[in-house]
Amino acid sequence: MKNTIAERIFDFLKDYPPFNLISKETLLEVSKRIEIQYFEKDQIIFNQNDTPHEHFYIIYEGAVRLYRFIDNEKHNLDICDEGDLFGLRPLIMQENYLMGAAANEETILYGIPISLFNGIILNYPKVSQFLIASFATNTRDPFSDKHKGKLFANVSSIQKIENSFAETQSAKYSKNPITCSIETSIKEASMIMTKHIINSIIVAKDYIPIGIITDKDIRTKIGTGIFSIFDPVSKIMSSPVVTFPEKITVAEAQIALLKHKVSHICITKDGTDKSELVGILAEHDLNILQTNNPMFLVREIKYAQDAETLKHIRTKASELTKGYLEQEIPIYFITKVITEINIAITKRIIRLAIKELGQDPPVAYAWLAMGSQGRSEQLLMTDQDNALVFENVDEDSYLQVKEYFLKFATLITQKLHIVGFEYCPANIMASNPKWCLSLKEWKEQFKDWVKHPTSDKILLSIIFFDFEYIFGDKELYNQMSESVFKYISKKQTFLGFLSKATLDNPPPLGFFKQFLVEQDGENKDHFDIKSRAIRPLVDAARIFSLHHSLKVNNTIARYEKLMEVESQNKDLFESCANAFKILLQFRTLQGLTNNDSGKFVDINNLSKSDRLKLKSCFKPIKNIQDSLKLRFNVSQIP
Amino acid sequence: MFNLFKKKKYPSYWQKHIDAVKNSRNYSNYESIRFVCLDTETTGFDYENDRILCIGAVAIKNNKILVSDSFEVYMQQEVFNKETVKIHGIRRNGTEKKVSEEEAIIQFLEYLDDAVIIAHHTKFDLTMINNALKRLNIGPIKSKQLDTNYIHKKIAITNKFKKLYSLDELCEIYNIKMHDRHTALGDALLTAYVFLKLTYKYKKNNVLNLTNLINTNYYLNK
Repeated sequence: MKNTIAERIFDFLKDYPPFNLISKETLLEVSKRIEIQYFEKDQIIFNQNDTPHEHFYIIYEGAVRLYRFIDNEKHNLDICDEGDLFGLRPLIMQENYLMGAAANEETILYGIPISLFNGIILNYPKVSQFLIASFATNTRDPFSDKHKGKLFANVSSIQKIENSFAETQSAKYSKNPITCSIETSIKEASMIMTKHIINSIIVAKDYIPIGIITDKDIRTKIGTGIFSIFDPVSKIMSSPVVTFPEKITVAEAQIALLKHKVSHICITKDGTDKSELVGILAEHDLNILQTNNPMFLVREIKYAQDAETLKHIRTKASELTKGYLEQEIPIYFITKVITEINIAITKRIIRLAIKELGQDPPVAYAWLAMGSQGRSEQLLMTDQDNALVFENVDEDSYLQVKEYFLKFATLITQKLHIVGFEYCPANIMASNPKWCLSLKEWKEQFKDWVKHPTSDKILLSIIFFDFEYIFGDKELYNQMSESVFKYISKKQTFLGFLSKATLDNPPPLGFFKQFLVEQDGENKDHFDIKSRAIRPLVDAARIFSLHHSLKVNNTIARYEKLMEVESQNKDLFESCANAFKILLQFRTLQGLTNNDSGKFVDINNLSKSDRLKLKSCFKPIKNIQDSLKLRFNVSQIP
Repeated sequence: MFNLFKKKKYPSYWQKHIDAVKNSRNYSNYESIRFVCLDTETTGFDYENDRILCIGAVAIKNNKILVSDSFEVYMQQEVFNKETVKIHGIRRNGTEKKVSEEEAIIQFLEYLDDAVIIAHHTKFDLTMINNALKRLNIGPIKSKQLDTNYIHKKIAITNKFKKLYSLDELCEIYNIKMHDRHTALGDALLTAYVFLKLTYKYKKNNVLNLTNLINTNYYLNK
C-alpha cells in the first residue's frame, strides 16, 4: 500500500548517516515503522538510568540536550540537532540509559524500533562502524573537558584512527642515494656531489653504509686546511651513520636528528648499519613537510623578491588556516598568526615598492590598515582597506610630497592586489588622494566626522576608527589615534549616532526563531552572517571602546578589555566575545569550503549542530544592542 | 407493519463498525485510546454532487504518531472535476491504484476500528464519508469525533471568536513545517502534529480526557 508519510520519512532519513548506508528497500521498511513524537521545550524524553525504550531516536525538528548527573551535579554533555541520533547505545548494549535526554526546544522525534534495527546492524558492517564512531563522538562535551572520553571505553581507539597528524605520517626521503667507496678522494667525492647537486654523499661498501660526508665536513675540515683534497673520504667522514628502517615517521626522524645532532639519516633495509642502504633522509626533507609552519612562512616572506612569490606564500597561509581550523585551534590564535603573515606581506611589499621607485620617501609616514585588517580579524582574503599618513610639511613642498606618496601607495596597492587582496570597491585605499593625507589633514578630517555625523561620515568613521599601524613612523599613528579620543570625549553624542547606525542591523532571528534570510537578489534565502551577526558585535565593541578611549582594535581584545573596565557588565561582554569567536570561525570555515568570503551562509545546507551553534550566538547580539540603546541615548538621536 | 420494527440487516462490515465503537473499553484511559487523524481529497465542496477521491489517515496512541498504523486509499469515481486536480493532483487515470467506493469504505471501516476520529474541519470530511455510506444504505459513522479547529479555539487566548482557522493557519501558529499539503495522508499527518501540540498545551490548563476533548466540539457529538 502506498504510504505518503513513510515516503517523506524516507526522504528525510536517507540524507543522514547511518541511513544513507542502507538500501532503499530496507530504509523504506524502516520508514514505515517509525513512531513520531512531539516534545515541548524542556520536556524529558528519558531519564538517566531509565530502562531503555523500544525505540531509539533521530531528531526531525528541534534540538535535544543530553545530560548526566555526576555526584548530584548535572552536566550537559551534548546538544543534538536535526538529523542526530541518540538513545541507541543502551538499546544495543541492553543496559539502562547512561544519560538523560530532554527537549532543548520544541522537538519532533522519529522513534526507530530497535527490533528492526538490530538486523540492519548485522547486515551492514558500515552501519555498525558508523555507530561505534558516533558513540565515541557523542561524548564530545562542549561545556566541559572533564568528562571527555570517560563514558565509552572505545573512545581512544577511535580517536587514534581519526587523528592522523603529520607527526605520525611516514617521512619522505630520497631513494637510491649517491654513494662512493671508502677509497675515493675528497676531491672526487666533492665533484660527484657538485655534479648531482647534493649536499651529502654516503660512503658505502656493497651498499652497506660506512659513513657520510656533508657540505659542512668539507667546509670545516678541508676549507680550514686540516685535510687535503687528495686525502681519502675516510679521513673526514662521520662514521658510523645514524640508521633507521624504511618506515620512519616524521616524529621519529625529528627526534633522531636532534638526538644525534646530525643532519642526515641513512635508511636501511632492516634499520641497522649492517644492512643494505635504501635511502637518505635529510633535515631538509622534513622542512619541506613543515613549510606550512608560520615561522617558516614569515621567513620566506622576508626574502621574497616579488609579489608573485608573496602570492604563493599567502596561498600556503590559507592552507595553514584550514588546517588550524580543522584541528580546532582557538580562533584567536589563528587570527593572530594570519594577521602576522598579512602584516609581514604588507611590510615586504612596502620595502619592495620603495626599492622599485628608486627614491626614499621624502618625509616620515605611516602605513595604516583599516577595517577587518586593522582589527586583526582577517582570516580569508578580503578587500584591501588601507590609508597613509605623512608628516606635516609646508605648503611649498606639499604637492610634491603628496605626489610621491600617491605613487608609492598606488604601487603598494597594485602589489597587494597581485598577492590576492582585492581592491577596495569603495576605494578606501592609500592610493586615493582622499586617504593619503598629512597628519594635520587627518586630524581635521576626524574632527569633521565627529562634529557633523551625517550618515556617510558615520560609515567612514566606522571604517577609519579601526585603523592600525603597519609600517613607518609609529608616532604619526599615535597622534592620530589620540586626536580621535579627544574629539569623541568632547562630543559623546557622536557615539549615539554610531549606535543608531549599528542598531539598523537587528538581531538575526525572526519571531518563530527562524533565521532572517535575504529576501531577494543573488543571495536569496541565504543568511548574511557578516552583516547580520558579525558586524553588530564588531560595531558594539568599537563604540564601547571609543567610549572608554581604549586603544585596541581587535574585537575579542576589545571585549576582554571591556570586561576589565566595566566589571559590572563582565558577563555581557564575555558572551559577546564568545559569540564573536564562534561566528568568526564559522565564517572562515564557510569561506574556505566555498572558496569565497564566507559572507553568506546557505541555511538549508547547514549541518544540524551548526545551525544550533549559530542560533546560540544571537542572544548576546540582542543583549549588547539593548545595552547600546540605553547607554548612548539612541532614542534622542534624530 | 411488523417488518418496520424488525432490526435491519446490515452488511457485516458495517455491523462490525457499530460493535467496535459500542463495545470499546479503551475510551476511559487516555493512553489506550487510538486516535485516527484523517483527511479526504474530493472532487469539490458540494456534499451531494462531489465525491471522495482519496482517504488518508494515521493513528496516534499515547502521544505517538504511528506511521506503521496509517491508511491511504484512492477510489475510482465517475464524477470528475478538472479544477480540483490542481489542488490534490489526483488525475482521472493517474498511476495510483484505485478501488471502488464500496471497497474503499470497507477497508476504511476496518482500519478505523474503535478509533476516535480527528480531522480539521471534521464536519466536511465526515459528511463526505457519510454520504458515501448513504449510497451503500448504511451510516452515518458511529465513531467519536474531534476537530482540531475547536480544540484550538478552546485553548487559544486571543481571537476566540475568530472565524474557523485553516490547517495552514494552525500550522503557522504552532510552527509546523508543511509538507505534502493537499495529499490526504500528508494533511492527515499535519493534523496529527497539530493535535499533539494542541493536547500538550490543553493539558496545562485542563484535565486531558476524552470527554473534555469531545466537549470542545459539542456540535459534532450530540
